[in-house]
Amino acid sequence: MIINWAHAGPSIVAAFLASLVECVEALTVVLAVGTVRGWRGALIGSGAGIITLAVIVLSLGPTLSSIPLHSVQLGVGALLLLFGMRWLRKAILRAAGVLPLHDEKAAYARETASLRRIGGGREGWDIVAIATAFKITMLEGLEVIFIVIAVGAGGVGLLIPASVGALAALVLVMLLGLIVHRPLASIPENALKFVVGVLLTAFGTFWLGEGIGLEWPGQDWSILGLVAGFLITALMTVSWCRTIAGSRAALGSR
Amino acid sequence: MHWLKAITAEIFGLFVDDGAFSLAIIVWLATCWLVMPWLNLPRAWGGFILFTGLALILVESATRRSRR
Repeated sequence: MIINWAHAGPSIVAAFLASLVECVEALTVVLAVGTVRGWRGALIGSGAGIITLAVIVLSLGPTLSSIPLHSVQLGVGALLLLFGMRWLRKAILRAAGVLPLHDEKAAYARETASLRRIGGGREGWDIVAIATAFKITMLEGLEVIFIVIAVGAGGVGLLIPASVGALAALVLVMLLGLIVHRPLASIPENALKFVVGVLLTAFGTFWLGEGIGLEWPGQDWSILGLVAGFLITALMTVSWCRTIAGSRAALGSR
Repeated sequence: MHWLKAITAEIFGLFVDDGAFSLAIIVWLATCWLVMPWLNLPRAWGGFILFTGLALILVESATRRSRR
C-alpha cells in the first residue's frame, strides 16, 4: 500500500499529540489511585478499561469501512471541527491568560485527597480503586478512540497511521509513568492542545470540504495550507485576547 | 448508572463547550453545504470561504470570552 504522506504524516502527529494529552491526564488519576488505594485496584481498573476500549474499536472499525467515504468525511469532518475548534479555542484562551492553565500536580493532589477521604481499600477487591481507574481510562480512552477514528476515517489507509500515533503515545506515557512514578506535570499540555487543535481543525475542514464536494487547490496538500491558516489565525487571536484581558484587568484595578 | 451518565456527559462535552460557539460552527457548515452549490463561484473559492468563516467564528468567540 502506498502511503500518502500529505495525509499520513499529519495523521500520525495529530493522533500522537492528542493521545499524549489524554494519556497524561489518565495517568495522573491512575497514579493517584495506585498511590492511595494500592496498585492492584489501579491496574485491574485501567486494564479492564483498556480491554473495553479494544472491544469498542474492534466492533466499530469494520462498520465504519462499510459506510461510503463521502458520508464518513461529512460526519467525521463536522465532529472533528466541533472537537478541534473547541480544543483550539480553549488553548487560545489559556495561552492568553483568560483561562487558567491545566495543572497536573493540582489534579493529582485533588484526586489523592478525594480518594483518601473515602477510606477503606488496599485489602481484597477495592471497588473504589477499580471503578476510579476504569472510569478515567474509559473517559480519556474514548477521546483517544474518537481522535483516531476521526483522523483516520477521512481518507483511505489512514486508520493505521493514526492508530500507530495513538499507540506510540500510550506506550510513551506508560513508560514515563513507570519511570518517574508521579504526574507528568512538565509536559507542556497547553502547547500540545494548541498544536493538536490546529491540526484537527485543519483536518476537519478538509474532510468536510471533501464531503460537501468542494475542490481543494493542490488537493491533499491544501491540508498544510489549512494548518498554516489556522495556526496564524490562532496566534493572532492569542495576542488580541491578551490585549483585551489586559485592558479589562487595568480597568478593574482603577 | 452514575458512571454511564458521566461518560455520556463527557462524550457530549467533547464537542460542545460553549453552546453559541458550537451552534455558530454548525450553522456555518450547514450554510456552506446548502448554499455553495447554488453560487457560481470558481470552484477553488469554496475551500477558502469555508476556512474564512470558521476562522472568523473562532476569533469572534475567543475575543468575546476575553471581554467577559
